[in-house]
Amino acid sequence: MNSRMIETGRGTKVRILDAGSGEPLIFMHGAGGLFPENPFLDQLAQHYHVFAPEFPGFGESTGEALLEDMLDFTLHGWDVVHELGLTRPHIVGHSMGGMIAAEMAALAPNDVSKLVLVAPAGLWLPEHPIPDIFSFLPHEFAQYLFHDRSQGEAMLTGGLDLKNPEALKEFYIGNSRRLSMAGKILFPVPNRRLSKRLYRLSAPTLLVWGKSDALIPPVYAEQFKAQIANAKIVEIEKAGHMLPYEQPEEFVRSVTTFLQ
Amino acid sequence: MKFTWFNLMPWPSLPDNFREEHRSVWVDIPNRLYDPHKGHFVYHEYMDQLEYADSLGYDGIGVNEHHQNGYGLMPSPNIIAAGLARRTSQAALAVIGNSLALYNPPLRVAEEFAMLDVISGGRLLAGFPVGTSMDTNYCYGQIPGLTRDKYAEAHELVMRAWHEDEPFAFDGKYNQLRYVNLWPKPIQKPNPPIYIPGGGSVETWDFCLDNDYNYSYLSFTGYLRGKKLLDGYWDRVAARGKDESPYRAAFAQTICVADTDQQAEEMYAEHVNYFYNRCLHVHSGFADAPGYRTIKTIKADVLNALSEEMQSLFPNLTWKELVDEGYIIAGSPATVRERMEDLIKSLRVGHIFCLIHIGNMPDWKTRYSTKLFAEQVMPHLRDMWPEWKDDNRWWCQPLDERLQPENGIEQARQDARMPL
Repeated sequence: MNSRMIETGRGTKVRILDAGSGEPLIFMHGAGGLFPENPFLDQLAQHYHVFAPEFPGFGESTGEALLEDMLDFTLHGWDVVHELGLTRPHIVGHSMGGMIAAEMAALAPNDVSKLVLVAPAGLWLPEHPIPDIFSFLPHEFAQYLFHDRSQGEAMLTGGLDLKNPEALKEFYIGNSRRLSMAGKILFPVPNRRLSKRLYRLSAPTLLVWGKSDALIPPVYAEQFKAQIANAKIVEIEKAGHMLPYEQPEEFVRSVTTFLQ
Repeated sequence: MKFTWFNLMPWPSLPDNFREEHRSVWVDIPNRLYDPHKGHFVYHEYMDQLEYADSLGYDGIGVNEHHQNGYGLMPSPNIIAAGLARRTSQAALAVIGNSLALYNPPLRVAEEFAMLDVISGGRLLAGFPVGTSMDTNYCYGQIPGLTRDKYAEAHELVMRAWHEDEPFAFDGKYNQLRYVNLWPKPIQKPNPPIYIPGGGSVETWDFCLDNDYNYSYLSFTGYLRGKKLLDGYWDRVAARGKDESPYRAAFAQTICVADTDQQAEEMYAEHVNYFYNRCLHVHSGFADAPGYRTIKTIKADVLNALSEEMQSLFPNLTWKELVDEGYIIAGSPATVRERMEDLIKSLRVGHIFCLIHIGNMPDWKTRYSTKLFAEQVMPHLRDMWPEWKDDNRWWCQPLDERLQPENGIEQARQDARMPL
């Protein structure tokens, strides 16, 4: 994918990956950020003009201090759309990015073509508490994020050996920077009262979930569906919370089928 | 030199298999391990010890704030300090301190510290810690990436509340108050001496130097490891063109005194072991929430005493290693004196927070060690900084005439007398 930097009106500097042609589709990543390789984006780019911005605090994007609360994050999302000159894009958001996408759609429902929420954060069911990612040790992430833990571990570390102190430090610094940012909307409980605003969503909405999601379990899909006027659920086999990475073909098929 | 006798107030009855059975002494430690009936006696024993330290001539008695843990039983150190304010009359009350970002509004800290200063007749030393990540983020739910910003705003509010003589409006990001108008105000002007307990961030050093606050380094890995960090601090002091008064810095040190080196090991080893292996057994995932420390500080590679690495080190430390590597200073009065001199000189500190009650140490041992230190160690260390002996910038300025507890108790019991 092509990579370039843009600056928003607020002053954040954002790296954009983009590829493909056709209807605009913007992908909002989760609290772990984009990986070095994102095959599902390449595949989506065979059908759409895909834009994947990195949030400030992730990868090369900066301006973390300019975003402090949910409204800042939401407006930042629209600022990026504006800077890219997109009109009524499809918005696909994963996990934290799904929460932001849902907020964007609640704020400006008529500016979204179709909405895909991939295991989004944003709701809280006391009887199904979401594990506290902010207290995970490096080796604990994979078991909550992936259906196949050992494959997931390799993907998370990008081949880094976490037994090597330098590699561990690199991971630690990157992880601190990303989760520090994510914490502004997810810590200590990932609920910024999105449920008060979901009634405003009007775009057709797809909820995509991994059947083995151990972080935000599929019971949350039902909650989102119940609160969104025009939503349906697709569950994907042998996939955990990181389903776009774990089952890219199946994920892309579900998304493109819905967007057609 | 100023010596402050601290009681961390650990829970003394963590089970022998605590480390194996529980992942953390902090945050999610099962609270069924706490027994309020026993707690009644524990609080009084610990407060009695603090009063005892006052009677032996320690310059200060110290308390601090922690939450949801078996390491230190003072969610509100101000409550303990209030009790001490009534029953002591000499020692400074070192409340090190109140975690500013946890109070809503933080005006509460300005008020309670003012109350303590007034009740004690101007004996308060006011500490403003950011608080550990366990306390601040995991127990009290503060967003890690915003904690320092919120702390900075709270600090500004508290200082203005203490200093200004007219009501004012405060339009902060985290606190909006139409009328700030402090009642009561502290005795000490313009404010009680401020102590900032910290780890090793450059930002904290600059904050202390910007405001001429005391920088208190609290560590359990001892003074030999602490040296690297305090060297960094003193370099910063020099770079900022500030004077090098040793009273700019405080250091907390675990100290065990007995008649002989051998007796010190026999008497105290089990309690030191309890402290390091149970009281400091913190789940690494709670030690440092992402965003709690700045990336700059992480990159500076400052050792986090609660990191996984340190955690795995503690259980294997022998008494000899603990002593030789300076985690603790232990032994006969002569031995302790010698090590303390080395500590004070090499770290260049004017204040020592003496950690003499350790882990599950029984009362009699605590008093024994406390008395030996006061009588046979402290007097020899008093004048280690003769050129700075009149530097009282970081010490309290009590009223000359203030109520004495002995008289007070007697008066309180008398019947009312009609004025003639």
